[in-house]
Amino acid sequence: MIGLAFFTVVAIVAIVAAAMVIIVRNAVHSALFLVVTLFCVAILFLTLGAEFLAAVQVLVYAGAIMVLFLFVITLLNPLQPETPDRLGNQGAFAGALALLLLVEMALVVRTNVLPTGAAPTPPPGTNIEHLGLALYSTYLVPFEVASVLLLVAIVGAVVLARGRAA
Amino acid sequence: MPATYITTAPLSYYLLLSVVLFTIGVIGFCTRKNPLIMFMSVEIMLNSANLAFVAFSRYLNQIDGQVIVFFIMTIAAAEVVVGLAIIVAIFRTRASIDVDEVSALHG
Repeated sequence: MIGLAFFTVVAIVAIVAAAMVIIVRNAVHSALFLVVTLFCVAILFLTLGAEFLAAVQVLVYAGAIMVLFLFVITLLNPLQPETPDRLGNQGAFAGALALLLLVEMALVVRTNVLPTGAAPTPPPGTNIEHLGLALYSTYLVPFEVASVLLLVAIVGAVVLARGRAA
Repeated sequence: MPATYITTAPLSYYLLLSVVLFTIGVIGFCTRKNPLIMFMSVEIMLNSANLAFVAFSRYLNQIDGQVIVFFIMTIAAAEVVVGLAIIVAIFRTRASIDVDEVSALHG
């Protein structure tokens, strides 16, 4: 029972923080609320037995990516309060679309045949052991392709950010 | 030593949380004009998908879901780096980052 209460608290914090990300007008505050959401997801990863991914989530997402976000925000944001978005009837369309999506996905979750009850006992060995074995055997080619993708992203970011200087 | 977990919430709870987070991301992406906030909404959506992947990985007792999440994180990092570089480049040319004013490619 304690696990369910814990899940509920973390889930509520995650949802509220995610809502605050898109509600507040200050981009820096948005970024900080996003960090809260990412932390909550990392905690849920821990409760699901994905220790390595929880650590990576905190290091890469809440650490590296959010620092990058904050750098760009402080670089671009002239300290004026952001004006409200001129939406027209786009807001109504977005709300209707989101509601439709929510109902649709909730129906899928409620009606599909999902494994119920407690989670099965994990196989012996640590989480990172299983992950490493899968990553370097079954998923070796995608792993190498991902490294090439990261290299391309680095080169692309350098070229884009350098401008026309050279 | 077998690992012990405190998971007692059923799988559908995790999936419903994932659905709610994804919807929040969709609303944010559709209603904000600041591309930085739009990027953050995309991150929320990616994270909700990650959560669903990890939950399925736990309840189906297969590691593949976590491997996929690993790749999603890699791609999200690449996407953020390139996207923010594009935003900086746009800001440098027109000193504004409202997405409605970036319409040079509009036919």
